[in-house]
Amino acid sequence: MRSVWALAAVAALSVLTASTTTLAGGPKQGGILRMYHRDSPGNASIHEGATYSLNVPFMPVFNNLVIYKQDEAQNRMDNIIPELADSWAWVNDNKTLTFKLHPGVKWHDGKPFTSADVKCTFDMLMGKSQQKFRQNPRKTWYEQVNDVSTNGDLEVSFNLKRPQPSLLALLASGYTPVYPCHVSPGDMRTHPIGTGPFKFVEFKANESIKLTRNPDYWREGRPYLDGIEFTIIPNRSTAILAFVAGKFDMAFPTEVSIPLLKDVKSQAPNAVCVVEPNNVATNIIVNSSAPPFDNIDIRRAMALSLDRKAFISIMFEGQGDVGGTMLPPPNGLWGMPKEMLESIPGYGPDVNANREEARKLMQKAGYGPDKHLAVKVSTRNIPVYRDPAVILIDQLKSIYIDGELDVVETANWFPKIARKDYMLGLNLTGNAVDDPDQSFYENYSCGSERNYTNYCNKEIEKLFDVQSQETDVNKRKKLVWDIDKKLQEDVARPIIFHARTGSCWQPYVKGVTVMSNSSYNGYRYEDVWMDK
Amino acid sequence: MFAYLVRRLFLMLVTLFGISVVIFFLLRIVPGNIVDILFAAAGYVDPADKANLEKELGIDQPLVVQYWHWISGFLRGDFGYSYVSEKPALQEILPRIPITARLAGLALLFSASIGIPLGVISAVKQGTRLDYALRVVSLSGLSLPSFWLGLLILTASVAMFNQMPIFNPNPQTWLEAFATYAVPAAAVGFRSAALTMRITRSSMLEVLRQDYIRTARAKGASDAAVNYHHALKNAILPVITVIGIEAAFLIGGLIVTETVFNIPGVARFLVEAIRWRDYPIVQNLVMLIAVVVVSANFIVDMLYAVFDPRIRYTD
Repeated sequence: MRSVWALAAVAALSVLTASTTTLAGGPKQGGILRMYHRDSPGNASIHEGATYSLNVPFMPVFNNLVIYKQDEAQNRMDNIIPELADSWAWVNDNKTLTFKLHPGVKWHDGKPFTSADVKCTFDMLMGKSQQKFRQNPRKTWYEQVNDVSTNGDLEVSFNLKRPQPSLLALLASGYTPVYPCHVSPGDMRTHPIGTGPFKFVEFKANESIKLTRNPDYWREGRPYLDGIEFTIIPNRSTAILAFVAGKFDMAFPTEVSIPLLKDVKSQAPNAVCVVEPNNVATNIIVNSSAPPFDNIDIRRAMALSLDRKAFISIMFEGQGDVGGTMLPPPNGLWGMPKEMLESIPGYGPDVNANREEARKLMQKAGYGPDKHLAVKVSTRNIPVYRDPAVILIDQLKSIYIDGELDVVETANWFPKIARKDYMLGLNLTGNAVDDPDQSFYENYSCGSERNYTNYCNKEIEKLFDVQSQETDVNKRKKLVWDIDKKLQEDVARPIIFHARTGSCWQPYVKGVTVMSNSSYNGYRYEDVWMDK
Repeated sequence: MFAYLVRRLFLMLVTLFGISVVIFFLLRIVPGNIVDILFAAAGYVDPADKANLEKELGIDQPLVVQYWHWISGFLRGDFGYSYVSEKPALQEILPRIPITARLAGLALLFSASIGIPLGVISAVKQGTRLDYALRVVSLSGLSLPSFWLGLLILTASVAMFNQMPIFNPNPQTWLEAFATYAVPAAAVGFRSAALTMRITRSSMLEVLRQDYIRTARAKGASDAAVNYHHALKNAILPVITVIGIEAAFLIGGLIVTETVFNIPGVARFLVEAIRWRDYPIVQNLVMLIAVVVVSANFIVDMLYAVFDPRIRYTD
């Protein structure tokens, strides 16, 4: 009899354990996610900024029409999912993109969301509305959009000048939230109103940003967290120490450098850390409108002198990627294959042979062991800029170029570049979306405000349009590779490397996915929960 | 005494006017403005957009007009709006003042309460092992940068206690509130304490050799009475001067300490405002600091007169 009771007790215990395990395995509601923020964003309006310091804290306040799937690391066309739109369709020979909107969505202030809000947002982005943004850094993204039209409250269409399949990718970025019509751009900078999973509570400059759960969120059961609190800690050492001491549940995404990652892992061995590319390319900008770099031979020599692997070894302990303009595979969707990349001058594995060729070009231009070329290498006074600039100066010595570091304060960097008051510059270029349209038009098209080197090749520009309209992904990829190769051969803006950075969180934080080909799109945080 | 006070007050007003001019024009000499920075951060430069924003913020106007707008507003108590947060500048500045004031006050208290007694002991025990030990401590205090000391304290706290003494905006107990300020105040006040100790020691050594001290001893006064009543009272003037100067210099030390301990005070805020070229914040904040420093000096001058009657009579 005793054994029967024992058997029954064991069985009951097993059932209980099994049910508890199921409960414990699923997402739990509640808790405030505490995260440090690397700096104080200038304002709270995503559309008026160009740094992911804005996206991380404010992306949870909003929704887009569509969004990259938040639980997949790689942003791709096939993992774009509906958000405020329930569905979309390309019509009119791929010149109209129509969205059916989700019904019953409300803004955080209780007003209903309608197609008029979508029209308002994009009219403002295109500079067509009465209300203006103080800054509008992504106006060029919508150059192919003729207008945005509505059909009732729940349908909106983007009417294009020509087909542009990548428009959907741009709309899925964290940089493309829908704003309410009834809130002015000025108010959105100080007190943003969205439809997203979290409501804005307060933003104390240099201190903290607080968000609270939106109880009326249109997606049932989300978000799991009660709120998110960002403490602004610009000093990286203090921030990392605080994370290690358990003051924070999560470090600021992609902000843990590779050397710091080692410290975190040794002092907080349970912390979960991942290292991913952030789609930020470190590159050289060359003033080719003035001597000595108006000489193509000297520009080519400089490109040939680069030992890209040395940069990556010194700065990232080997964890970085060599590539062209587009982020290389496997994380990048559009980067050139290895064989093609290595066929470009300066990318071959034999650095000594490359430099020998570079020295010949320098001698042809009149420089040699007895006559060095003195240049200033300008860069921003920030370690991620300054450190590679120092390595660059060292490498240039091997081809008779004596570089002198010219550090420039951030406030003066772009004005200096814009007035062409530099010879060589060490620059970082971040890509919000892993798509050639964003990168090519912004950085290499004639007359673009971000084309700092004024590189202008009409033939290449025609190819930009051809690839942009191509709907067959494989055909487009080949076109993109050819363009990227040509850009590197032309020394338009030599790419040195694509960096990788770390993101860390405490083991009880679940549902975090760090994007592997953009650091701007993965912060909706509605699926994040805490197992404690 | 009245004439002395009036003259000092007049000098104070002239100094403040001079400071306002220097602050205003120095800020404009520094290359770049808020518009440059905003557009730099966005990575693009559209001349039309820039011009619009400069007009909106009023930084396209002649410097003299800008100066008049600012100084007349300051005198009326209208500090304008922060270029960055677009909130009233005073609303941004005011909540931060008590934080820094508490920190600075505690640091000065630490400096005086540690520096003066140890300085006296060091002087009285001149040439002994204790004196040498105290001199080593004071020399270390002068040599250690406060940011390094702060980082060392943070690292040691995490390594030894897995605790992080950074700023807690909502302390639950008085003790928690004290702990929030005490550690950074000690980090920034250590240098100041060391300086106070050295000045007190040298000043005391000079006074202790005076005839009246010998007389006091001959008359049978106790050591404590001689050292603290007769000697310290006369040696304290240079110490007060140093503490007054230190109060002004403290703001420099607080910038790094507030950064390291992540304290949202005025000093760190000022650095951020300078970085953004947020003129309304920088101008008004520096002017307020100048008012505090000049007033502190004025009070020190008055204290001189209180402690040393000769000053009253000669002036």
